[in-house]
Amino acid sequence: MSASAHSVIEPSATSKRVAGAIVILYAVITMIPLFWIIATSFKTPPDSIAYPPKVVFTPSIEGYCNLFTTRTRQTAEYIQSLPPATNFCDETTRKRNMVIAGQSNFLPRFVNSLIIAFGSTFCAVFLGTLTAYGFSRFKVPLADDLLFFILSTRMMPPIAVAIPIYLMYRELGLSDTALGMILLYTAVNVSLAVWLLKGFIDEIPREYEEAAMIDGYSRLQSFWKVVLPQATTGIAATAIFCLIFAWNEYAFAALLTSGTAQTAPPFIPTIIGEGGQDWPAVAAGTTIFLVPILVFTILLRKQLLRGITFGAVRK
Amino acid sequence: MNRITRTAFGLASGLLATTALSNVAAAEDLTLCWAAWDPANALVELSKDFTKETGIGMKFEFVPWTNYADRFLNELNSKGKLCDLIIGDSQWIGGSAENGHYVKLNDFFDKEGIKMSDFVDATVVGYSQWPKNTPNYWSLPAFGDVVGWTYRKDWFANPDIQKAFKEKYGRDLAVPATFAELKDIAEFFQKREIDGKTVYGASIYTERGSEGVTMGVMDVLYSYGFKYENPDKPYEMEGFVNSDKSVAGLEFYKALYDCCTPPGASNSYMGEGIDAFKSGQVAMHMNFAFTWPGLQKDESVGGDKVGFFANPKGPDGDQFAQLGGQGISVVAYSDKQEAALKYIKWFATADVQKKWWSLGGFSCLKAVVEDPGFAASQPYAQTFLDSMAIVKDFWAEPSYASLLQASQKRFHDYVVAGQGTAKEALDGLVKDWTEVFEDDGKM
Amino acid sequence: MTDANATLLERAAETAVRATPAPVATRVRALSDRAVAWLFIAPTMVLLLAINIFPLIWAIQLSFTNYRANRPNETVKNVGLQNYERILTDSDTWLAMQATAHFVFWTIVLQTLIGFSLAYLIDRKFRGHAFWTTVILVPMMLSPAVVGNFWRFLYEPQIGLFTYIVSFFSGIPPSEIAMLSSVKLAPWAIIIVDTWMWTPYVMLICLAGLRSIPDYIYEAAEVDRASPWRQFWSITLPMALPFIMLAVLFRGIENFKMFDMVNLLTGGGPGSTTEVASITLKREAFEKWRTGFSSAFAIILFVAVFGLANIYVKVLNKVKSR
Repeated sequence: MSASAHSVIEPSATSKRVAGAIVILYAVITMIPLFWIIATSFKTPPDSIAYPPKVVFTPSIEGYCNLFTTRTRQTAEYIQSLPPATNFCDETTRKRNMVIAGQSNFLPRFVNSLIIAFGSTFCAVFLGTLTAYGFSRFKVPLADDLLFFILSTRMMPPIAVAIPIYLMYRELGLSDTALGMILLYTAVNVSLAVWLLKGFIDEIPREYEEAAMIDGYSRLQSFWKVVLPQATTGIAATAIFCLIFAWNEYAFAALLTSGTAQTAPPFIPTIIGEGGQDWPAVAAGTTIFLVPILVFTILLRKQLLRGITFGAVRK
Repeated sequence: MNRITRTAFGLASGLLATTALSNVAAAEDLTLCWAAWDPANALVELSKDFTKETGIGMKFEFVPWTNYADRFLNELNSKGKLCDLIIGDSQWIGGSAENGHYVKLNDFFDKEGIKMSDFVDATVVGYSQWPKNTPNYWSLPAFGDVVGWTYRKDWFANPDIQKAFKEKYGRDLAVPATFAELKDIAEFFQKREIDGKTVYGASIYTERGSEGVTMGVMDVLYSYGFKYENPDKPYEMEGFVNSDKSVAGLEFYKALYDCCTPPGASNSYMGEGIDAFKSGQVAMHMNFAFTWPGLQKDESVGGDKVGFFANPKGPDGDQFAQLGGQGISVVAYSDKQEAALKYIKWFATADVQKKWWSLGGFSCLKAVVEDPGFAASQPYAQTFLDSMAIVKDFWAEPSYASLLQASQKRFHDYVVAGQGTAKEALDGLVKDWTEVFEDDGKM
Repeated sequence: MTDANATLLERAAETAVRATPAPVATRVRALSDRAVAWLFIAPTMVLLLAINIFPLIWAIQLSFTNYRANRPNETVKNVGLQNYERILTDSDTWLAMQATAHFVFWTIVLQTLIGFSLAYLIDRKFRGHAFWTTVILVPMMLSPAVVGNFWRFLYEPQIGLFTYIVSFFSGIPPSEIAMLSSVKLAPWAIIIVDTWMWTPYVMLICLAGLRSIPDYIYEAAEVDRASPWRQFWSITLPMALPFIMLAVLFRGIENFKMFDMVNLLTGGGPGSTTEVASITLKREAFEKWRTGFSSAFAIILFVAVFGLANIYVKVLNKVKSR
C-alpha cells in the first residue's frame, strides 16, 4: 500500500493531485452563475436573450445605462429633432427609438442600503460590545438563559416577526423609514454581535483590566483603554458579519419599506424593461450590489467560520 | 479602535445628513404611484405640462405589475405617505373606500364642475364608485383597459399558411369568432415552422403571484356563462361559480394552456406576454389593451404585422371581456392633498385627456372616445371600443385580496399544475369564497 | 412583563456586583460595577424587549382574534382557538409543510454529502487549497434574494444558461426543460440553487471538524495497521460527526424559514408545488391580510422550529459527549 510510503498524516502526491483537481473543478462550476451575472451585465438586451447563450460578445454598458435611467419610446422624427447625443447612454437609448426620461430609482435605493446597513451595523456592534463585556466580566445570574434567549430571537421566521413589527411601526409612524429599518436590523444583529463578541472578549485575559484598575483606572476607563483595543479584530469581524446580514436582507425590507427607505434587494428584482425583466440592467444592479460583499468575503476568510456558526466553532 | 469608531461616526452622520437633505428638497413635489408599464411613461410625458402650468414638480413611483398590488396595498394599509396620488387597481376601490385610504371626491367634483356623466359609464362604475352603482366617487377614471387579443396579421395573410389551414379545418384562416375557433387556430400554429423559427399558438395569462391567471381565466369564463353570484340573491355562488358552463370554460382554458402556449409559460402575465409576442414566438396574444400602442409601434412585429380583435364568443354566443384599468385617487394620508386635487382637476380637462390618448393613454372621457374620428385614429381604437362595451370585473369587495388569492391558487393548481379536475377547482373556489364572505359577516 | 424583566435585570446586576472581587470594586472611581453592568446590558435588553419580545407577545394575543390589519375600523372579535384549529386541520397547511420538509430534507442531504466530500478533499492540503477554499465560499456570502432572482434567468427555457448546459449534455431539446414551470422539476430547481449557495457553509464547518482530529489518533491507527477505509469509518467520520450535525442544525433552521430565494425563484409555483411555509405565511399575512390567523400560523411555525431545534440539540450533546 502506498500509505506506508509517506508520513501517515501527509497524503500521497497522487491523492493530493486528484483532490485538487476535483475541488478546482467544483470551484469553477460554482463560479459559473457569478461569471454569468457579470457577463450579462455587459451585454446588450438582444445579446442577453440570444440562443444559444453567447459566451463571446461585444461588451456594452447599455445594461448600466438602463440601470440608472428611465426611458420613454418616441417617434423617429422627435428623436431626429433633438440636439446630438452627449454621451454613450444617450446614444444607445436613441438607437432603440427611446430617449432618457430621467434617473431611475436605483441610486436612491442603493444609498438607502448603505445608510441602513452601516447605521444598523454601527448600533448593533456598539450595543453588542457593551453587552458582551457585561456578560463576560460580571457574573450575571441566568446569563446562559438570557444569552440563549438573545440568540433564539434569530430562529424566528422573518415573516413571523414582520407581522407584529408591521403593526407596531404603523402606529409609531416608522413604516418605510430608515430609522425603523436601522432599529429592526440592529435588534436582529445584536444577538449575533453579543454572541460573537462575548467569545472574543472571553479570550482577553481578565488580568489586564485588573492590573489597570489597580493602577487607578476606573472600570469604564479600563474597558475603553484596555479591553477595546484588544478586541479590535473581533469587533471588526463582527461588524462585517452584521453588515453582510443587513446588506443582503430581503424579507423585512420587502414588507416594511415601499419607497422612501427601500433598500436594493427588494428593488433589484423589480427592474424591468418594456416587457419583462431587463436582464442586462438586472445583472448590472446585481454586480454593483455584490462587489462590496466579494471584497468583505476576502477580508473575512479567516473569521468566517466563527461568524457563520455563531461562535459555536472557533478555529 | 478609536480611529475606527471615529470613521464610523463620521460615515454614519454624513449619511444621515444626506438623507435629511434629500427629504427637504423633495418636500414640494407630488409623488404619483402607479404600475411600471408603457402608459406610465406616457403619463410622465403628459405631466410635464402640469409642472409647467403650476410649478408643482412630479415624482413617480412605478412598480411592476407582479408587485404592484402587494406593494401599494401594503403602503396604504401601513398609512404610508409615499404616494400623494395613486392610480390604484379597480378592485381596490371597495377596501380603500371603506378603510379610508382614499379621499372621497364628491364635494371636489361638485365644486370644480367635474361631472362623472362625462366619463364612459363602465369605467365610472368600475374605477370610481363604491358601493357600486351609487353616486359615491373615490377616484377619477384615468386609464380605460380591457383584455383583448393581438394576432400576427402577416402570418394570417400568408397564402401558404392560409392554404394549409384550409386543408386542415375546411375554413378560411381568419380572426376567430368563437373561443373554439381560437383554439383551432392556436393548435394550428403550435410548433409550426415560420421563417425558420418554431412558433407557438397563443400566449395567455398564467401568472401565480398577483392576479394573472385569474384575469385570464375569468376573461374566458364570462363568455362561457360564469356568474359570480345569483343575480337575485347576492353572495349565493353555488351553481353559478361552479355551474357546468363554468366548468366547461375552465376546462377550455386548461386545454388551451396545455396545447398551445410557448414552453415554460407557466407564470406569464402582461410583461411575459409582450415579450412572447414581440420576439415573434406566438401567433396570438391575450393581453390588456394598454399593450396595443406599444406593439403597434414595435419595429419587428408592429405596423402591418399586428392586428387586434376583441374577445371571441363563448359556446352560447355570449361575449364578455375582463375589465382592467384604473382610476386616479388622492391618498388620505398625504400631506399635500390640495396639490394632489389640483392635479386631478388638471387631468380631467378635455385637452389634457386628448393629449393623453395621443400619447398612448386610454382616456375614459366620452368627449375623446365618442369623437367621430376616434375609431379611425388608431388601428386598435375600434377594437378598444368594442371591448369596452362588453366588460365585466372581478369582485371589488373590501375582501377582494382574499377572494383573489383563493382563485389564484385554485386556478393555478388546476390549469398549470394539473391537479384535480375543473369541477373540483370551482367547487373549492365556492368553498373558499363562502368562507371569506362568512368571515366578513356578509353571509 | 416589562416590570418582571426589569427586576430580573436588576437582580442580575446586583448579583454581578456582589460577585465581582472586592479589591477591584473598591477601586472604582466614577461608576460602581453595578452601574456599569446595568449600563452595559440594559440598552440591549431594552431594544430586544421593544423589537422582539413585545411584538411576540402582541402576536400571541392577536392569534386568538380575527383581527385584520387592513380593516382598522372594524371591531376585533376574540375567536379563542379557532385560528389554531383551522390551521392544523387545513389540508393546505400540511401541503405547505410537506413542501417545506421536501426542501429541507433534500437540501440537507445534498449539502452534507457534497460539503463533507469537499472538506475531505480540501483536507488533503493540495497546493493552492486555501485560495480555492475562498473561491468556493463566495456564493454563501451573497444575497439570496438578489442572486435567487438571477437564477430565474439561468433557468429560463430556451435562453437560460442552465437549460442550455443541461440540454447540451443530455440531448433533451432546451424548450422541453422548464425547470420552474414543471411540477416535477420546480421543487428540484429551488433545491439546486440552495445547494449551490450553501454547500460551502457545510463544507467550512466540516473542514473545521476534520482539522480538529488530532494526528496522533491516525498514527496510532497506522500502527494497528487499520486500512484507510477503516480509519475513515472509525476515526474520521465519528470524530467529525458533531460538526456535521451542527452544520445540519443550522441549515435545517435556516431552510425551515426559507423565504427570499424561493419567493423570487418560483413564488411558490407552479400551482402550490414549491409553496414553503414562509410563503404561505406571507400570503396570509400580507396579501390576504388575515393578521390574526397568520399570527397563529407564525406561532405554530416558531414553536415547531424551536421544538425541533431543542430536541436536536439534546441529541447533538449526546453525540458530543460520547
